[in-house]
Amino acid sequence: MPDGNHGPFEPRIVAFFCNWCTYLASDLAGTSRMKYAPNTRVVRVMCSGRVDPQFVLDAFARGADGVLIGGCHPGDCHYQEGNYKMLRRFHLLKRLLAQMGIEDERCRLEWISAAEADKLKAAVNDMVEKVRALGPLHLAIPKEEFAEEEVAVS
Amino acid sequence: MQEPSERGSRASRVGVFVCHCGTNIAGTVDVCRLVEYAGTLPGVALAREYKYMCSDPGQELIQQEIREHGLDRVVVAACSPCLHEKTFRTATAKGGLNAYHFQMVNIREHDSWVHEDKDAALEKAKDLVRAAVRRVRLHQALETKRASINPDVLVVGGGIAGIHAALTLANAGKHVYLVEREPTIGGHMAKFDKTFPTLDCAACILTPKMTAVKAHPNITLWTLSEVTRVEGYVGNYQVNVTRKPRYVLEDLCVGCLECIEACVYQQAKVLDEFNLGLGKRKPIYIPFPQAVPLLVVIDPETCIEFKSHKCKKTCVEICGERNAIDFEQQDRTETIEVGTIILGTGFKVFDARRIPYYGYGTYPNVYTSLELERLVNASGPTGGEVVLRDGRTPKSVGIIHCVGSRDAHTNRYCSRVCCMYSLKLAHLIKEKTEADVYNFYIDMRTPGKGFEEFYNRVAEEGLKLVRGKVADVYPEGNGDGRLVLQVEDTLLGMVRKVPVDMVVLSVGLEAQADAQEVRRMFNITCAGEGFFLERHPKLAPVNTFTDGIFLAGCCQSPKDIPDTVAQAGAAAAEALALIDAGSIEMEPNTAYVLEEVCSGCKTCIPMCPYSAISFLEDKKKAEINEVLCKGCGTCVAACPSGSIRQNLFEDEEIFEEIEGVLTYA
Ligand SMILES: Cc1cc2nc3c(=O)[nH]c(=O)nc-3n(C[C@H](O)[C@H](O)[C@H](O)COP(=O)(O)OP(=O)(O)OC[C@H]3O[C@@H](n4cnc5c(N)ncnc54)[C@H](O)[C@@H]3O)c2cc1C
Ligand code: FES
Repeated sequence: MPDGNHGPFEPRIVAFFCNWCTYLASDLAGTSRMKYAPNTRVVRVMCSGRVDPQFVLDAFARGADGVLIGGCHPGDCHYQEGNYKMLRRFHLLKRLLAQMGIEDERCRLEWISAAEADKLKAAVNDMVEKVRALGPLHLAIPKEEFAEEEVAVS
Repeated sequence: MQEPSERGSRASRVGVFVCHCGTNIAGTVDVCRLVEYAGTLPGVALAREYKYMCSDPGQELIQQEIREHGLDRVVVAACSPCLHEKTFRTATAKGGLNAYHFQMVNIREHDSWVHEDKDAALEKAKDLVRAAVRRVRLHQALETKRASINPDVLVVGGGIAGIHAALTLANAGKHVYLVEREPTIGGHMAKFDKTFPTLDCAACILTPKMTAVKAHPNITLWTLSEVTRVEGYVGNYQVNVTRKPRYVLEDLCVGCLECIEACVYQQAKVLDEFNLGLGKRKPIYIPFPQAVPLLVVIDPETCIEFKSHKCKKTCVEICGERNAIDFEQQDRTETIEVGTIILGTGFKVFDARRIPYYGYGTYPNVYTSLELERLVNASGPTGGEVVLRDGRTPKSVGIIHCVGSRDAHTNRYCSRVCCMYSLKLAHLIKEKTEADVYNFYIDMRTPGKGFEEFYNRVAEEGLKLVRGKVADVYPEGNGDGRLVLQVEDTLLGMVRKVPVDMVVLSVGLEAQADAQEVRRMFNITCAGEGFFLERHPKLAPVNTFTDGIFLAGCCQSPKDIPDTVAQAGAAAAEALALIDAGSIEMEPNTAYVLEEVCSGCKTCIPMCPYSAISFLEDKKKAEINEVLCKGCGTCVAACPSGSIRQNLFEDEEIFEEIEGVLTYA
């Protein structure tokens, strides 16, 4: 990841993409040679429903400035309703993040189908811009403690 | 979070293999520096690069290095795992390791192809490789499971695509269920008189195939039927097909058609769908003379017996002892089991009313091309005569190309067949009426075998070609019923006003109105324009992302009959390949419960859409049925005690990956 200590601030964004829609949209963006900001790092999961809130907390604890979760559109999940399960969890997670002082724009959920490479590009670019404007994430609690917190949350 | 050390040690002899992919990767990502960096990562025994890792020598290299250097894990940084994960897992296994002691890094689609800043691209590649190395060190050996393939096939849609696929499979000895929602098979092609570019008669080439379907011992043909439920997975799909009533018993009706003659309606009064409302039929009818199956059908909307129960039922009378008419018939649902499915649900034509200034639906003498196909057809509503609605023969006809295609306001794509069928219609209209025919085109698109020759031939017949997009259609001021086409002729560089008797709109091809519902039912994807999305635009054009489900014909994109037939044959071959293999490898990414840790809270049970999780009352523990689990991992994320785990996507593997991408180099 770009080192925050050298040069201008470059946000570090961890992206959790489901295998069937958003990961494929990323592949399509590639085959279509679209250009977008190089700040995301994709972690592939089979379904957005696999995204455990702990993954998001861990990413923030380890230094991510933002987390992007991508899944199939409502009704389109390859496993019928994993994305709905994710959505429910996401709302709870957002409240938790707010309590920890993590700004809303730092954690984002996007429904991006396998055909929507342009939506993927737009979402990544937009998120990078917004997080760049926020600056690096400074957790109110030291990262080590935060990591322990995480264990308590789980 | 469970520490990896609790689950056995980390592997320590990882081999990292970086692919140049010619210049596709190496042109942007500095492969040498990436390899150099990978070599310094903890646990990495060796890092190598190669021009094309997926080539035979590339795969050989991996196998050889595994053996020579005693590697225990393999990471390949190349293209998307969707393309080559299988290739490299196989290479890993051939090298003597477990196939799942492997992790793939996508530095092409997700990196070199989407970033221009070379330093940033290299940094990204380093992060992704580091994450993969950390992850793979925890990978467990897994066994590949196989699912058996039921040899029966379901084909949905009885257009030329479905017909050709069904016959190919049936001729190979497989049993096919062909499900068509209309009362007859044939699709759009059955409506045409002649087909470009050869002008051979559509009925002459199509009807023999339609009757072959009906006669084939290996094909079960269900018309007036739709798929209403699909469950299961590749090789083992359970499908419900709802069969709507025909009100005529298929095994008793002999197709004598006497009942149509006998109907209390002396005259045909109902607008006939097959002729797009240009002709009339009775409430008891056959769609067209060569319909397959050749059985009458009763339309309950217009039949007097259904409306008042007071009809004399002359149809029943004439049917007599055959007793084929049954007003009580209800919907029936058949449940079938098939291993593979081919979708050939076709297209619908663009609704010309969406472009109001062309006047379709307002001026009676504006027609769509599909309506013209019926007018020029010898078995159509006018017996093949091209006449206006008032019975006059047109002296001049204007055909507007690209209606609902290549236009930011409707559809951006080219419908591929319109230029060619417009030329065909121009030729047929000229042949039948000697009218002056104008074709208004944006670009003349004739790429295909014999297409350009056909264009030249028709042009030489004295066709009037005008290059320009028609901007308006309006009635001529003098009230003689003619229509004026206003167009900027881009070759002459002037605006022209061309009066004609008849306007034909060459409407484009669109996805079916219910394409979204259908694709949801079959768990596949639609592309932006609404057509079903193929697995890969070049290398897997008839596959979908759901194993065992294939595409054929215009449901995938607009195309002509030759391409449709070729695709249908390809889809049949893909299904046959699965059937003949007898079984298919399944991703071993199922979830499982650690019984000692499970607290019996039952949180997971409602999470599973496949009812794969059951609760063992005696032990007060959850249990996952591996056969039913599809590996989404939703229950894994939901389990409060961390006792559900997922093969290939273990929590600690994902944590390693997250931490891997975030650690500073
Ligand atoms: C005006 C016009 C003229 C043309 N002329 C030519 C020509 O001269 N030469 C040429 O090569 N091509 C021509 N084409 C293109 C040609 O029509 C297509 O290539 C061909 O019809 C595609 O066949 P298909 O089986 O994919 O689709 P379709 O013909 O659309 O058949 C699909 C079938 O599936 C059925 N179906 C749909 N949904 C369901 C469902 N959910 N359940 C069950 N059944 C379903 C439909 O009822 C239909 O029977 C022309 C097209 C148009 C519009
Ligand atoms: S598979 Fe994409 S969200 Fe479930």
